[in-house]
Amino acid sequence: MKRLTAAGSWTAAHANLLEPLIDAAASTTAGEPSLLVDMAGVTHFDTYGACLLKRLQRARNARNEETRITALQGRFEELFGELQETPPGATAPAPKAGPLGSAFEFLGRATIGFGRDLVALAEMLGLLGRSVVRVMGNPRAFRLTSTTYHIDRVGWQAVPIIVLITFLIGCIIAQQGFFHFRKFGADAYVVDMVGILILREIGVLLVAIMVAGRSGSSYTAELGSMKMREEIDALRTMGLDPIDVLVLPRVLALVIALPILTFIGSMAALYGGGLVANLYGGMSPDIYIARLKEAISVTHFEVGMIKAPFMALVIGIVACAQGFQVKGSAESLGRQTTNAVVKSIFLVIVLDGLFAIFFASIDM
Amino acid sequence: MSEPIIHVRDLVVGFGDRVVLDHVSVDVMGGEIFGFVGGSGSGKSVLLRTVIGLLAVRGGSIEVLGTRLDTASGSARRAIERRWGVLFQQGALFSSLTALQNVQFPMREYLHLSPRLMHEMAAAKLEMVGIRAVDHHKFPSELSGGMTKRVALARALALDPELVFLDEPTSGLDPIAAGDFDELIRTLQKTLGLTVFMITHDLDSLYTVCDRIGVLADGRVVAVGGIPAILESPHPWVQAYFRGRRATIVQSRIANRTS
Repeated sequence: MKRLTAAGSWTAAHANLLEPLIDAAASTTAGEPSLLVDMAGVTHFDTYGACLLKRLQRARNARNEETRITALQGRFEELFGELQETPPGATAPAPKAGPLGSAFEFLGRATIGFGRDLVALAEMLGLLGRSVVRVMGNPRAFRLTSTTYHIDRVGWQAVPIIVLITFLIGCIIAQQGFFHFRKFGADAYVVDMVGILILREIGVLLVAIMVAGRSGSSYTAELGSMKMREEIDALRTMGLDPIDVLVLPRVLALVIALPILTFIGSMAALYGGGLVANLYGGMSPDIYIARLKEAISVTHFEVGMIKAPFMALVIGIVACAQGFQVKGSAESLGRQTTNAVVKSIFLVIVLDGLFAIFFASIDM
Repeated sequence: MSEPIIHVRDLVVGFGDRVVLDHVSVDVMGGEIFGFVGGSGSGKSVLLRTVIGLLAVRGGSIEVLGTRLDTASGSARRAIERRWGVLFQQGALFSSLTALQNVQFPMREYLHLSPRLMHEMAAAKLEMVGIRAVDHHKFPSELSGGMTKRVALARALALDPELVFLDEPTSGLDPIAAGDFDELIRTLQKTLGLTVFMITHDLDSLYTVCDRIGVLADGRVVAVGGIPAILESPHPWVQAYFRGRRATIVQSRIANRTS
C-alpha cells in the first residue's frame, strides 16, 4: 500500500499551488491498487482543499483503485463528508458550434429577431389604435394629466437643446452655401437652399432624431424598468390596460410635441441662416427675408410639418414596444434602450425617404 | 470562541438631522451565529451596511477580524473584505451572469485558479447550498426567490470567508423554505467554522439557529444575550416582540419539537 503525507494549509489562497500537486499525485499513483492519504499534518482545510482531495479520490475511483483518507481532524472530516454526499461535477454548458455554424446561428437568430420586431411593432400599433377607439368612446378614460406631464417633458423641456442644435445647423448650412456658391457667383441662391432644405427636410429630420435619442430612450427605460419590477403586471391585475395608462399618453404627447418642436427648430435654423448671411455673406436682413419670401412657399412648410406627427408615432411605438420586451436583467434593459434609439432613428429616415417619393409623385 | 470577531464601540450613524444609530456597541464572538432584531426602521440594516463599509460613520469605532475599519487604509480594507461574505436582502445577484458565473465572479477576481478548478469549485458551492446541476446555468431572472437566496449565499461563501453577513436571509421565503435555509446556515456554519452576523425578523430563525441575539430599538442596543436573557429584558419593544401572540406560538412549537 502506497502512502502519501499531506501537510500545511489546504485553503483557497493556496488552491492554485495545490491543484498541480493533486493532479500529479493522481497520475503518479496510477496502478497502485490502494493508497493511504495521511492528512494529520494539515493545519487549515476549507472547501477548496476538500474539493481537490475529492478530485484525487474521484480520479482513482474511476480507475477502480482504492483511496483511503485518514486523520482528518474534527471539523475537517465533517466538511469533507459534506462534500462527499454531493454528486460529482455539474453539467457543462452546451457545446458551441464551429465558426461557420455560429455565423449561421447568428444570422438565423437575427432574422427571427427582425421578424419578431416587426410583429411587435404591428401589435403595438394595433393595441394603440384599439386604445384610441376605446378612449374616444369613453373620454373619461383619457389620462389628461399624464399626457400634459409628458408633453411638458418631451416638448417644453426639449426646447432649449432643440433650438440650440437647429440654430447651429442653420448657421453651418448657410456658411457652407456662401463658401461654395460664391465661387460661381450664386450667392443669392444660398437663401433658396437654406429655406427649402430646412423647411422640407433638415428641420423635421433633425428634431425627430434628437427626440428619438432624448425621449424615445427614456420611454423604453421607464417602461422596461416598470416591467422588470412587475409594475405593469400590477396595473393589469387592477383591471387597467397598460396601453391606456402608460403608452397612449406617452405616444400622444410625442405626436403633439414633435410638430411644435419641428416648427420651433425650423425657425431657429432659418434665424441662424439669416445671421450667417448677414455676418459672413454680407447680406442684409431685409434682403434675406425678401429672398426667403420668393424662394419658399407654404407647400415647403407643409411638407415638413406633415411628416412630423408620423415620425413621432414611429418613435413612440418603437420605444414603447422595446420597453415591453425588457426581460429581468439590467443588461436587457440596456440592450432594449439601445435598440429603441437605433431602430427609431432608422425607421424615421426610412419614413422620410418614403415621404420624399410620395410628395414627389403628387408634385408637392 | 472567546475572541470578538466584530467589535463595535459607540457607533453613531445618521442622515441629515436624523441620528439612526446612537452610541451602539456590540461584540460578535468567533464561531457564533449572532442574530440582530429590531422593528422596521430601527436601523438594523443601517448597522449592517455601516459595518461592511457602505455607509459613513459619524463617531465610534468598528473593528472586524482585528482591523479598525473606520481608520483602515484602502488596501487593509480590501484585505479584510476578502475574508467576509455578504448576502444582501434581495440577493443582489449580477443579472447578466448565470448562477455559476455569479459564484465564480469573486474567485475570478481574487484567486488565480485554473478554469477547471473554478468550474468545479463553483459547482461544489452551488451543490452545497442545494442548487441542482440543471439550474447552474440559469440567469437570476429565471430563479425563484428561494433559489436566488441560495445562489447569493453560495456567492457569499465563494472565497471560504471566516465571517458572513446575512441581511434578512429568510424574508420572502415560505416557512418550509425558511426552515431549510436556517438549517443550511447552521450546517454550513458548523462545517466551515463560520461566524455569522445576521439580521432577521424571523422568530423561528432566532429560536433555532442564533446562539446570541441583539435587540435594536430607539437607535440603541437594548438587550443582548441568549433567548432566556432576552426574555427577561423589561424593554417594551422586546416584551411586545418576544411575548406577543406569534412569539408564544413559535415558542410552544419549538418546545414541543425539542421535548
